[in-house]
Order: sequence, then C-alpha cells, then structure tokens
Amino acid sequence: MLKVDSEKCIGCGVCEDQCAFGAITVEDGCAVVGDTCTLCGSCVDACEAGALRIEEAESGRGTVDLSQWQGIWVFAEFRHGVVAPVTHELLGVGRRLADQRGVPLSAVLPGSGVRGECDALIAAGADTVYLVDDPALARYREDVYGRVLEDLIRCYRPEVVLAGATAIGRSVIPQVATRLGAGLTADCTGLDIRPEDGTLLQTRPAFGGNIMATIECPDTRPQMATVRPKVMAPLEPDPARTGQVVEVEIDAGLLESRVEVLETVVSEAEQVNIQEVEVLVAGGRGVEGEKGFALIRELAEELGGAVAASRAAVDSGWISYPHQVGQTGKTVCPKLYIACGISGAVQHAVGMQSAEVVVAINRDADAPIFDIATYGLVGDLFEVVPLLAKKIQERKK
Amino acid sequence: MELLVCIKQVPDAKDVRLDPKTNTLARDGVESIMNPFDRHALEEAVRIREEQGGTVTALSMGPPQAEEVLREAIACGADRGVLVSDRAFAGADTWATSYTLARAIETLGSFDLILCGKQAIDGDTAQVGPGLASRMNLPYVTCVQKRRQVDDTGIEVERMMDDGYDVVRLPLPALLTVVKDINEPRVPSLKGKMKARKAEIPVLSAADIGAEKECIGLAGSPTRVVNVFSPEPRGDRKIFTGTAEEQVDQLIEHLRDYL
Ligand SMILES: Cc1cc2nc3c(=O)[nH]c(=O)nc-3n(C[C@H](O)[C@H](O)[C@H](O)COP(=O)(O)OP(=O)(O)OC[C@H]3O[C@@H](n4cnc5c(N)ncnc54)[C@H](O)[C@@H]3O)c2cc1C
Ligand SMILES: Nc1ncnc2c1ncn2[C@@H]1O[C@H](COP(=O)(O)O)[C@@H](O)[C@H]1O
Repeated sequence: MLKVDSEKCIGCGVCEDQCAFGAITVEDGCAVVGDTCTLCGSCVDACEAGALRIEEAESGRGTVDLSQWQGIWVFAEFRHGVVAPVTHELLGVGRRLADQRGVPLSAVLPGSGVRGECDALIAAGADTVYLVDDPALARYREDVYGRVLEDLIRCYRPEVVLAGATAIGRSVIPQVATRLGAGLTADCTGLDIRPEDGTLLQTRPAFGGNIMATIECPDTRPQMATVRPKVMAPLEPDPARTGQVVEVEIDAGLLESRVEVLETVVSEAEQVNIQEVEVLVAGGRGVEGEKGFALIRELAEELGGAVAASRAAVDSGWISYPHQVGQTGKTVCPKLYIACGISGAVQHAVGMQSAEVVVAINRDADAPIFDIATYGLVGDLFEVVPLLAKKIQERKK
Repeated sequence: MELLVCIKQVPDAKDVRLDPKTNTLARDGVESIMNPFDRHALEEAVRIREEQGGTVTALSMGPPQAEEVLREAIACGADRGVLVSDRAFAGADTWATSYTLARAIETLGSFDLILCGKQAIDGDTAQVGPGLASRMNLPYVTCVQKRRQVDDTGIEVERMMDDGYDVVRLPLPALLTVVKDINEPRVPSLKGKMKARKAEIPVLSAADIGAEKECIGLAGSPTRVVNVFSPEPRGDRKIFTGTAEEQVDQLIEHLRDYL
C-alpha cells in the first residue's frame, strides 16, 4: 500500500507529475492515491518532503537462504543447427557478472545432437556446460524444455539465470520462473550486480522505451531475466579457454510432452531475424508498394542489413508481419535504423526508438519521425533511397 | 466449447510520452484502452464459438474502471465479463498476476481453451500467458499467428518463431497467446453495444477467489521496481537541408562509422 503522511505532505504535486500511471492527485493540498497505483515507488523517491512510503504486507514466501544459490547460468538456445547469437552475448555479460561475484559461469544446452557445440560455448566464456542431449529435445516444445530447465535449476541452484528475449526464451522461461517462485524480468537491456549483496540489477524499457525501470528480486532465487538480443557484447571467442562439460541424464518422465510439433517451417524472407541485425532499413506507407520495397531492399543489402516495415506497409500486404516494427510488431534496437516514408506514429516509435542512430527520410518536414531521428533528410524517398544506395556502393570501391 | 479470454486495460501508448523539454512523463488525460493483442485473442475466441458453439468469458484483473474493457469485450462478442478487483492486488508483478488469474479461472469453472494476448503494451513482458498455463498445468503455445483446426480433442496452430513458424498440435484444455496476424478484429455491432451497456459485470475480490494473501499484490511479487528514470536523450541531432544529393552527402559524412 502507498501511504501518504498528511502531516508531511506539502501538496507540491511533484509526485503527481512523476507518476506514470496517473494514480496520484493533489486534493486540498494533500496527495491522494488512486486505484491505478502499481506501487512502483518512483513517487517515493521524488518526494522531497518524505511524505510517501510503501508499506508492505508480510510476504508468506518465507525467506530463501540466498547463500544456497550460487553461480551464473545462461540458457543456450539451439535451433536449426546453430546456437542463437544471443547466447554468446549472454555469455559475454554473464562472464562479467560471474567475475564480479567470484562464481562460475555455466551454459545449459538442451537439444539433440548438440554435443559439438560445447567447445564453442566454453570459448565464448562458459566455465561449465550442462549438456542435455536427447532426441526428445530435437524440436522446441514448451513443456519439455521448461521441465528440463526447472529440474536442472532445482538441482544445481544457480543464483542468476539468463536467457535471450527471443521467441523461445520468452516462451519457456516464464513457465520455469512461475514454478520456481522466482522473479523474472523481461527483455532487459542492462544488467549489473550490486557488490554488497550480489543482487542482480535488471534494467529494461517500459512503455515502449518512454521510461526505463530497474528491477530486482531481493528475496527469491534464482534471479531470472530474458535479455534483448544485440544489446550485450559477446567476448572474442578464445579457443584456448578450458571448461568442463557435465552430461546430465534427465528422467524420462520429464521428457514426455503433450505438445506435438507437426512441422517446422523456415521462411526464406524470415531467415534474418530483424531483432538480431545491426542495420535495418524500414519502409512505410510512403514506399507505396512492393516495387518501392525493392528499393528499400537494395539499400539494406548495400548496408549489409535487413528490411523492416511499419504496420501500414504490412497491413497493405507489401511485406509480411514478421518484419513489422512497433507496438503490435517487434521491438528492435539496431545500431542504425533508416526509416523511409514512415510518419513516426508513436505505435511505430515505441518499437525502434532505442536504436543507436535513427535516420528519417520523409518528404513532410513536419512528420513526427523527425522528432526522434538522429539525422533527417527531407525529400522524396524514390529519389533519396536509390541515390544513397548508389553513393554507398561507390564509397566501398 | 467453453472459452476464456484474459484482457488487460492499459494506458494508450500515445498518451504516455516523455516531455522532450523537461524529460518527465507527460500524461495529460491518459486514456485507457483494451490491450491491442487481447483484442485479437477475443476475436479468435468469438470466431471459435461461432463455429463450435459454447460461450466466451472475458476476464480482467485491474482497478474498478477496468470494467470498461469488459463491456467493450461484450460489445465485440463475449458472452460475459468478469472483473477481479481488490486493493490487495495492487503492485502485482507477472508472478502474482498469473496466480490471481488462475485462482479466478478456477473459481469460474472449467474451460476448454484460454486465450491471452502475446503481451500487454504497458509492461511488454509476455509472461502472464505462459505463467498462467503453468499454474493451471495446461499445455500452451505462445505467439500463435494462425489457427488451423480445432475440435473437442485438440487444436492445431501455427506458432510464430524468429525464423519462420512451427505447426503445433495441443490436446484440450490448453492455453494460447496470440499475435496480431491471427485475425482482423471486428468492430462492435449495435446489438453488441446494447448488450454491453446492460450487462452485469460481476466483481470478484481476493476473498471470493480464495487467494492467499502472501501470493497476491506486492507481497506476492518476487520482483521489485527500484528505480524509474528517463532514457538518455539522443546526442548530436541534425535535419539536413539542400538538394537530395547534398543531403545524402551530408548523411554519409555523418554515418562514416556505420558504413
Ligand atoms: C493498437 C495499434 C497498434 C499499432 N501498432 C503498430 C505497430 O506495431 N507498428 C506500426 O508501425 N504502426 C502501428 N500502428 C499504426 C500507427 O498508428 C500508424 O498508423 C502507422 O505506423 C503508420 O505507418 P506509416 O508511417 O508507414 O504510414 P503514414 O502514417 O501514412 O506515413 C507515411 C509517411 O510517408 C511519407 N511519404 C509519403 N510518400 C513519400 C515519398 N515519396 N518520399 C518520402 N516520404 C513519403 C509521408 O509524408 C508520411 O509521413 C498501430 C496502431 C494502433 C491503433
Ligand atoms: N491484469 C490482467 N488481467 C487480465 N489479463 C491479463 C492481465 N495481465 C496480463 N494479462 C493477459 O496476459 C497477456 C500478457 O501480459 P503481460 O505478461 O503483462 O505482457 C495479456 O495480453 C493478457 O491477455
């Protein structure tokens, strides 16, 4: 419960402005808390009069003996014959966290015929690889993968478990966290350890990147997070690194599934996941059709990047849904995002505004995309885009 | 077929903006809307009922005003709406939310299929669906982009992956989370709107669903938000001028490190 000390409250309204949920109003010179309060605590920090306080009910979870949980774990995601690039990024950040804590870094690798991947995971930073190699794990199935992870975590008790914020990571990890009674933070873009007590500080964008929130799990273990691809840097692979491979036998009962995967379709166009590339060239309604998208594609190829789109372009059928960026599409954060013929509606912006550099090409100088762009070009995309592609090509020579 | 859809009321993204000058949240008249993905979940449930018969229940946990999205759900085809609301739920993270929804669903009866949106646009976590499935011990798949087939024994769907899709078959009862591609939601009919206006929306409290105090609200949430702050503003920004060629040259100059 958020409590207001009416003696101390001076009715200044700072908390009202601070609240992202519109839950506080100042009435008769005193703050009043409404039903939409989520107890996020940002008002408590903002209140200079010290009039706000969050009163916690007794948690019945009991206290977990935190010292029983040690080590940093990374879920190694394997699909279609390769370990997902995000796994190496996680091992990069995991290495840093493990060294700070003075504990080992481990990768958990479930799959079928994945033994050959262990060395690469060790070269990427892991001290230990827990290998679960079983034909039942050949295809990703929520229930089986979830039980395998849960079983291993209960057995080895890591203090931190990280997974990529990918389709698989975001599907399987919440199930595991729920059963373990563990806190889970989605789609993190920053991870740190508080040196005093080893708490994992998990930072993530909320409200489509309009605000950032830091989240911690003080009383439960493991501390679990999914991490956005392309944000953390992998280490330079070091083949000389040594590590241990622990082969784990899983109880056959845990490998039984109610889910049947009938078919796995890899679509040509979706070969590249727009969440995992460094350069995106995106087209919107201004691109006018498939022909226009050919220009977008050429520029993307010139830059070694991939093609993205606004919802307007997807809804018009010019490009498929997996390319859609925004609130009802994907959230991306490439190094470079070039928006062509996109107005920059907030539903689009929330999916791309954390890109390092945003270039906008739009003929309307008042388009909102220019408010979030690093560099803006005011002009006709049918002229600008081919010219840009040509000049980049010339530059390479 | 008994269907249940979980619907969250969320602040409209266009209202939650950072004031670029003060770098604080500008939220004049924050409007609440039905979470966009949940609209697709609802539409799919209504379509299944239209094909198979049965009922569609819309369920929401939230403050009293969340009743609005349940009325809207009825206008769009749900048979009834149920609100789970109690001050004790405040501060719930996804762990406590999935607990509360699971308790509420068990109170309401048994369902063949539970549908959720892929994620709620305020928190973007996508955790409540899988969490709910695991609490109810239901098989589930996330990010369903297409329903191929459904009957009393099972459901066959396409699950969107990062590199394509999987075709998956689940026995019922089961839980799905859906993405926007699955359907085009209908606009409410006049009849639907009338029905929505008259509908009784029962409100269940923590006691009504037999929720344990230590599993709900802030006390039941393993995560704590310890800091909320504004993202760093973009550094150097430029809108170029001149002919197309001049602008392109300037851009290339500035992008040197990225080419
Ligand atoms: C619930 C909800 C969810 C949504 N989710 C998403 C989402 O996930 N992603 C998303 O993108 N949108 C989403 N939208 C839609 C969003 O509000 C906008 O309608 C959409 O982003 C507009 O796409 P656009 O910028 O391509 O088209 P428009 O807004 O029509 O903009 C086209 C732009 O192209 C410019 N232009 C036209 N011709 C040229 C030319 N020859 N050269 C240069 N510039 C040109 C125009 O000046 C204009 O600025 C959502 C909306 C709702 C209500
Ligand atoms: N308070 C809630 N009430 C009803 N459904 C919810 C609630 N929170 C989340 N959901 C459902 O869970 C999905 C995922 O939400 P989230 O995990 O918060 O991103 C949403 O699309 C809803 O279907």
